[in-house]
Amino acid sequence: MEPGLRKSRRDFLNYLLGFGFIGWLISVLYPVIKYIIPPKLPEAKIKSVKLGKVDDFKPGTGTIFKFGNKPGLLLRLENGEFRAFSAVCTHLDCIVQYREDMKAIWCACHNGKYDLNGRNISGPPPRPLEQFRVIIRGDEIYVTKEA
Amino acid sequence: MAKLGEKLFNWFDERYNIRGFIEFMSHKSVPQHRHSIWYYFGGVSLFLFIIQVLTGILLLLYYRVGEDSSYESVQFIVSKVKFGWLIRSIHSWSANLMILAVFIHMFSVYFTKAYRKPRELTWVTGFLLLVLALTFGFSGYLLPWNELAFFATKVGTDIIGSIPWIGKDLLKIIRGGEDVTGATLARFFGLHVAILPGIFTVILFFHLLFIQIQGMSEPPEWEKLPPERRKYIPFFPNFLLRDLLLWLIILNILAVLAVFFPWELGKKADPFAPAPAGIKPEWYFLFMYQTLKLLPPKVLFLEGEFFGVLMFTVAGILWLLVPFWDVKTKNGYRNRLINLIGLFVLIYMLTMTILGYVLS
Repeated sequence: MEPGLRKSRRDFLNYLLGFGFIGWLISVLYPVIKYIIPPKLPEAKIKSVKLGKVDDFKPGTGTIFKFGNKPGLLLRLENGEFRAFSAVCTHLDCIVQYREDMKAIWCACHNGKYDLNGRNISGPPPRPLEQFRVIIRGDEIYVTKEA
Repeated sequence: MAKLGEKLFNWFDERYNIRGFIEFMSHKSVPQHRHSIWYYFGGVSLFLFIIQVLTGILLLLYYRVGEDSSYESVQFIVSKVKFGWLIRSIHSWSANLMILAVFIHMFSVYFTKAYRKPRELTWVTGFLLLVLALTFGFSGYLLPWNELAFFATKVGTDIIGSIPWIGKDLLKIIRGGEDVTGATLARFFGLHVAILPGIFTVILFFHLLFIQIQGMSEPPEWEKLPPERRKYIPFFPNFLLRDLLLWLIILNILAVLAVFFPWELGKKADPFAPAPAGIKPEWYFLFMYQTLKLLPPKVLFLEGEFFGVLMFTVAGILWLLVPFWDVKTKNGYRNRLINLIGLFVLIYMLTMTILGYVLS
């Protein structure tokens, strides 16, 4: 057999082995990678929650509440008005709190501040807090995401 | 009795050539000069790692991973189990001292230029061990499932989410879901007690093997000295005995720290409570934390966090590759640039760490 032909046959076998190896690698890695990505859990889409009676919240305070599996922050301003926001800091996922001494919403992790409209006013937060709508029916407070 | 010992020795020697190994070890020597003190920090790091493994195994007897059991089981260890407080405290203190020893070891190797040819791979494996040690620290920090750990993990992992394109998916893989939950705890536990120890042990084996093969690095200025002016001490028993004495001292320091400054457990993590005031990461992450805090939200077109992480990654890779770009100068080994870079890195890390403590 000609040496050139022999060489090309060897090359062919090498390619075949090489591709076979890559195929084997993919068939091993694919299920492993798919396995480590956590599956999506079906979760009930919560659109509104009942938080309690108006009198439960004193003016000039902030309270963390559960909104599905995320924390929310209910403010009662000095004038008695209610406001609700997502309590998740837009910077790095910490949970914010109302600071009476600052009259602001504050994040302890990196000293980020939001005003009482949820607007980021100082520190690292890049965006305002997501605002929710507060509905008062009778003397019960509801917080909803719907516009 | 002596006969039996000899027989046993011969039995092994016949099969595994023990005499050859003893012969090799007896010729091993350690250079003796004014910078010799730095040779001991590798050994100290190793000793503290061994303590970590032993106390870690003991903690595993009672620790139960889970949102409803992690905190409770650590509380059980420190309040009900006899000497549980001691084991846990030693594990925490030893972890911190180990990171400190590793940093001292790394900078001493850097400034004495012990990473140069032919020891490039000892440096590379050492750097990988440092990264793994930091990952050990980060993953272990979450395991008691207390308030501080919960928020530190939220912040630390959320930074990963700022990486463009793959960040969000990566975040889900690391957290085991969208948020820091029991799923994150389970992942970090697996990482801390199985994956990391496995990888660490293999790399540590090579790190030590390279040192055994090549011996201790000699300072560059020794090359100009005549052989008779270079002093050595035998590794066995002289160096090893000094090593053991130092290990004993370290063990005493550990015991004093663990007894008089027991590691606090804090409050249980509550995913629906605001982050506590004065929250900070562990001291060895403080310089990065402080840098990220000082960066504006946007740098050029990148998010501030991502820019910071990118800079630290690039700096880390350059640091890892030091042996390959630190070239000899014309008149021999003196490359002042390397010293200046090292000094800058050291001062930067120290300043940022101090700032992190001082500034609220």
